[in-house]
Amino acid sequence: MIHFNKETFETALAEGKLMMVDFWAEWCGPCQMLGPVIESLADRYEGRAVVGKINTDEEQALAMSFQITGIPTVIFFKDGKEIDRLEGVMPPDAFIQVLEKNL
Amino acid sequence: MTYDIIILGSGPAGLAAAVAARGRNKSVLVAGNPWQDSPLARAERVDNYPGLPGRTGLALLEEFYRHASGLGTDFVVGKVLALLAWNGFSLTVGSQVHQGRALILAPGVVRAAKYPGEAEYLGRGVSYCATCDGMLYRNRPVTVVGLAPDAPQEANYLHSLGCQVVYVAPRQPQGLDETIPYVKAGRLAVRGERTVTGLEADGALLPCAGVFILRRAVAPTDLLPALETEEGVIRVDRRMATSVPGVFAAGDCTGGPLQVSKAVGEGHVAALSACEYLDLQDRPQAAPTK
Repeated sequence: MIHFNKETFETALAEGKLMMVDFWAEWCGPCQMLGPVIESLADRYEGRAVVGKINTDEEQALAMSFQITGIPTVIFFKDGKEIDRLEGVMPPDAFIQVLEKNL
Repeated sequence: MTYDIIILGSGPAGLAAAVAARGRNKSVLVAGNPWQDSPLARAERVDNYPGLPGRTGLALLEEFYRHASGLGTDFVVGKVLALLAWNGFSLTVGSQVHQGRALILAPGVVRAAKYPGEAEYLGRGVSYCATCDGMLYRNRPVTVVGLAPDAPQEANYLHSLGCQVVYVAPRQPQGLDETIPYVKAGRLAVRGERTVTGLEADGALLPCAGVFILRRAVAPTDLLPALETEEGVIRVDRRMATSVPGVFAAGDCTGGPLQVSKAVGEGHVAALSACEYLDLQDRPQAAPTK
């Protein structure tokens, strides 16, 4: 599980791999609840997809640039571009579907 | 800690379920709005509850609450915002996460009806949680649709963060910061392009980047989309088991008659079924059917 800041996120994005990024914040209960789901997916997809988190409080500019209007929001990237996003708390299957489709 | 059973709702069904589950020595957390908010609290006189005629609804509820509480039930008061069925069940109240191994839904009648555009723009400008998403709207115009008693406080919170708040409600709010404009309206629709651009209130467009829709409670079917319903109520079997394994339901959320004795009876059955579910899970060989 990678905790991205602007710099590390941009570096990772430039590599073009399949990425799944959870935009969250500490004060957000639903985000806390989704945390373990994201961690389990980071383990499950290790070496196949890059799974990370961005704290919207610390990285406000990043959150703004992706027009994050509610958290948690999970955005999927491939070849450096956004390919999908899921908003709200969901079980792992919802994220697995998107990852598998794009592996 | 992980509770054996989490009960959503503190009306007669939820409190009866708590009493029954504590009787089986399960750890129990009741989560939801204050018990005084149950519609039963507004009944002037209840004459059809066996053995205890002539009580006010409030008095009856208070006795249920004292009973459940006296048996060691834990309570957390607040709106349940999100629910996740994975590795047991977790739910959030405010910014706290609570976990349980079985779940009993007893929220009463919660309407799932939405405004036009609401579902479409959920997560793209429509939010149900001021605490979660308020910071994302600093210095931007938002409307708060106030449908819950604590909605004015949430609007004040958004205002304190620096959001430009307009408060929309069918009735004059109590406790709203005087500098927040109030628009009286009931017919609402969310408008937008990629994200929200405004809220239409009785035909007038209020431009905004975010719409916070603050109801008393989130409908169980929104919390748990896998939950099957039948004619608008949660589908249950005689064990009060829902379509989701480990989830039981009781009281008005399963349909009429909307009576205390029916709610109490269902709460009791739901709790015993939840206990049975847990006991089967704890037995190493047998797999639970539901």
